[in-house]
Amino acid sequence: MSDPVGDNKKLKGCEFSRWATQPALIFTLIFFVTPLAIMVVISFWQRVSGKLVATWSGANYIKFFGTDYLLESLINSIEVTLATTVISVLLAYPLAYILAFRISPKWQKIILIFAVLPFWTAYVVRSYSWLLVISENGIINYVLTSLGIVDQPLEMAYTRGATILGFVHFFTMLLTLTIYANLVQIKPSYQKAAEDLGASKLQVFLRITLPLSIPGVAVGAFITFVIAIGDYITPQILGGGTEVLVPQAIMLQVSRAANFPMASVMSITLMLVIVVVYVITAKHLKMDRV
Amino acid sequence: MGTIVDLKNVKKSYGPVTAVNDVSLKISQGEFVVLLGPSGSGKTTILSMIGGFIVPTDGTISINGKDMTTIPPAFRPTVTVFQDYALFPHMTVSENVSFGLKMRKIGKVERQKQTAKSLDVVGLSGFGNRGVHELSGGQRQRVALARAIAVEPAVLLLDEPLGALDLKIRHQMQEELVHLQKNIGATFVHVTHDQEEAMAIADNIALINEGKIEDYGPPDRVYLQPATLFAARFMGESNIFSGTVESSEGGFVVVKTSIGNLKVPGECESGSNVSVAIRPEQLYPGTQTGEEIIDIGEVQVSEVTFQGTHRLCRTVNTKNESDHTILLRLPPEQEIKVGDVIPLYSKRSQAVLLKK
Amino acid sequence: MHRLRNIPSYVYLVLALSFIYLPVVVLVLFSFQDGVLPVFPFTGPSLQWYEKMLANDRLVESLGNSIMVALLSSLVTTVLGFLAAYGMARRKPRFAGGVRFVLMAPLTVSYLIIGMGLLITLNMIGIPKSLFAVGLGHVVINLPLCFAIIYSQFGDHLRNIDWAARDLGASDGQTLFRVIAPIMKPSLLASFCLSATLSWDEFIIAFLLSRFDVTLPVIIFEMLRAGLTPEVNAAGTMVFAISMLTIGITAICMFIAFRGKK
Repeated sequence: MSDPVGDNKKLKGCEFSRWATQPALIFTLIFFVTPLAIMVVISFWQRVSGKLVATWSGANYIKFFGTDYLLESLINSIEVTLATTVISVLLAYPLAYILAFRISPKWQKIILIFAVLPFWTAYVVRSYSWLLVISENGIINYVLTSLGIVDQPLEMAYTRGATILGFVHFFTMLLTLTIYANLVQIKPSYQKAAEDLGASKLQVFLRITLPLSIPGVAVGAFITFVIAIGDYITPQILGGGTEVLVPQAIMLQVSRAANFPMASVMSITLMLVIVVVYVITAKHLKMDRV
Repeated sequence: MGTIVDLKNVKKSYGPVTAVNDVSLKISQGEFVVLLGPSGSGKTTILSMIGGFIVPTDGTISINGKDMTTIPPAFRPTVTVFQDYALFPHMTVSENVSFGLKMRKIGKVERQKQTAKSLDVVGLSGFGNRGVHELSGGQRQRVALARAIAVEPAVLLLDEPLGALDLKIRHQMQEELVHLQKNIGATFVHVTHDQEEAMAIADNIALINEGKIEDYGPPDRVYLQPATLFAARFMGESNIFSGTVESSEGGFVVVKTSIGNLKVPGECESGSNVSVAIRPEQLYPGTQTGEEIIDIGEVQVSEVTFQGTHRLCRTVNTKNESDHTILLRLPPEQEIKVGDVIPLYSKRSQAVLLKK
Repeated sequence: MHRLRNIPSYVYLVLALSFIYLPVVVLVLFSFQDGVLPVFPFTGPSLQWYEKMLANDRLVESLGNSIMVALLSSLVTTVLGFLAAYGMARRKPRFAGGVRFVLMAPLTVSYLIIGMGLLITLNMIGIPKSLFAVGLGHVVINLPLCFAIIYSQFGDHLRNIDWAARDLGASDGQTLFRVIAPIMKPSLLASFCLSATLSWDEFIIAFLLSRFDVTLPVIIFEMLRAGLTPEVNAAGTMVFAISMLTIGITAICMFIAFRGKK
C-alpha cells in the first residue's frame, strides 16, 4: 500500500517532506544535466578566432569523423578498452572463483580485502608506481639485465602495452570484487543438485556456475569499460601520451586550443559509445540486482 | 457523555479502489470502541483518518466539536499506538515516553514527573533508563502505551496493538487496557480482527466490512442480535437458513426454509428473500413444545470435535437431501458420537431474522 | 576438497596477489631510497624524501586542500543525499522513477566528461576555477552513491516511527533531526566516509576545475611531469597510507550500518 500521506494535498503544516528531494534534484539538474545539455549544444557551435560562435552546424562532427587522428583516437580507445576489459575479466574470474570456492570461508573475506586494498591507492599514484616497475631502470629490466637474460633494457613503458597493464591492474581488483560478490550468492544447493544428478565438476561449472555468474561479470565488465574509456591518467602516465586516446584528444582540445565545441563533440561521441555498449550488454545486465 | 469523535459520510478512495465507503459514526466521550473487521475491511484506514495520517476523500471528521478533517496529527487531541509500537530505537524508555511532552515544550521537572507517572500506570516503574532493545514484546507494548498517555490525549487510537503478543499475555493485556482506559478516563478506539478480543474489551463494537459499517452496538447485542448476515457470520459461528417469507403478522414472520417453516420475530414483506440465523449453542437436543419453541427437526451427527468447554458437532438434516451442515454445541458431558440421530429445537426469541 | 587439487589454485592466488602488490611494494620501498632515483639498487633506508616532501610547502598545502575539499564536499553530499532519500522514502514524489533516474545518472558518465561540462558551464556563469568548483564537482559525482546507500537503508519500520513522532507533536525539522537522522546514523556516516575517500583520491575533476590551489593528486601529477624522484614515492606512499585509513573507517561504518539490515 502506498504511503497514504503522500497523496493528500490538504494536510496543513507538514509540507517539508514534499520538497526534501528537491535540493538534491535541483543540484543535479544545475551541475550535471545542464552542463551535459550545454555540451550537446555547443558541439554544434564553433570556435572562431577565439570566440564561441553559434553556428549550429554539424561541422565539428564531420571534422571529427573526417580527421584521421581524431577518428583514430576513438578506434584506439575502443581497442584499448576492449583489450583491458577482456584481459581483466580473464584474470579476475579465476581469482574470484578461487576465493569463493577454494578458500575456507574464514579466510575468504580477509584475502579479498587484502587483494583489493591497493585499489584504494590514489589513482595517479598507482599508475605511476607501475613506471617504477617497467621503465628502463625499473625492477623488471634491472632483474633481466643483471641476470644477463637480455643485453639491452626492454622498452615497456610508454607503450600501449603499458597502458593496458596499468588498466588491467586496476580493473582486475574491481572485477574480482564484483565477480566474487556474485559467485558467493549462487546457492550451493544448485551445484549439489547438479552433482547429484550426475554432472562432473567441469559440467557443474560450465552449466551451472558460469551461466549464473554472467550477470556479475557483465556488470563488472560494463563498469570497467565505462571507466577505462574515459580515463585520462593511465594512458597519459603509463602510455606516456604516445598514443592518443579519446581522453587525451579531449584534453588537448581543452588545454591547447580551448576548443570547447570540439571537446564537446568528442565527449558526446564517447557517451554515445557507452550507450551503445550498454544496449548491447543490457540483456546480460540485471541492473536491478546491483 | 457527549460525542467526542464524529465521522460524517467519510469516504476514502485510492483511484478506482474505495477503501472506506460512506461511514458515519459517533463515538461518545469515555467509551471504549472497537473497530472490528477482517483484513482489508478499511478499519485501519478509518483509524488513520481519525488520527490524521490519512485525509478523507469525502466527508468530515470532527473531534471535540471542531472540524479536524484536514488537520495534521500533531494538532489533534489524538495519539496513536502503532501495531509495531514504533518506539524510537535510539532513545531510552524515559526519552521515548517524554518525547511528546518535550515537543509540547514542557519543563524538565514536570516532564520527569509525568513520565514517571505514565510508566507507573503501565506497570513499568524503574524501567526508565533501559534501552528499547532490552525489552520484551509485552514491555515494549507498555512503553508505547505510556508514551501515548503521557500527553494525556482525549482520544487514544490503537492499531491492532496486541497482535504480536502471545495468547496468555494478550488476554492479560486486554484486561489491563480496559482498566487503563477507565483509570485515565480517555476515549479509546481500538482496531482488531479478533472478535473475541473485541467482545472482551469493547463498550461498543463497530463491525466493518468492505469499507462499510455493518453493525454497531454493545458486544452482547451485536453477538445475539446481529444486524446483517455478515455480522452473524463474523461474530462467532452461526447456522444460516435461507428462505422466503411466507407471511408476516403480529410481529412474527414465517420463513419457508429447507428445514421447514420457521416462525421468528420480526417484520418483512411476503416473498422477500431472507435468512434466519441461529447460533450453534442455541440449538438444543430433544423435543419440546411451547410458544417459543422452534422445531428444527432431526439431524444425524457426521463429526464430533471436543473443544474443552463444549463438543462441536457437525450434523446433517435427515429429512431432506440438502447438504446444509448444521453446527451444534453440546455440553462436554453429553455423550454423543458420529452416526447418532437426534432431534433439535431452538427458542424463537433467539433466532434472528436477517434481510441480507 | 583434496589438497592436491588445491595446489594450482594456491599458485594462481599467489601469482595474482603478487601482481596486485608489485607496484605498491615498489612504491613504498623506494620512498625510503637513499639515492636520487627511485630505481635499483635499493640503498637505504632513508627518510630524506619524506623530509623533502614535508618541506615542500606547496605539497603540504595541497594536502590541506584535499582534506578540506573532501570533508566539505562530503558534508554537502551527505546532507543532500539524506534529504533526497528521506523525501523519496516518505513522500514518493510524483515522478519517482524519473527523479531517481536523474539522481543516479551521474554514475554512468565518465568523470572527465562531468568535469568538462562543469568547466564549460562554470565558465559561462562566471564561477572561476577554484577549490570551490572542485568541491561542486565532487558533490556531483558522490551524490548518487550517497543517495543510493541511505535510501537502501530506509526500512518500512521507519514509516510508523515518523508518524509516531509527528503524532506526538514533532514538526518536520524535529522529526528529521531528533528521530530519523539518529536512527540513520550508520548509513549517514558510511556515505560521508565513502564520499570523503573518493573525493580525496579524485584527479581529473580536480585537475580541470582548479587553478592555483590544487589538491594532492594534482600536485603529484605535476611532480611527475617534472621527473621521477623518490619524493613522488614518498608523497604517493603517504597518500596510500591515508587512503588506507579513510577506507578502513568507511568499512567500519558500513559494517555497522549494514549489520542491522533487515
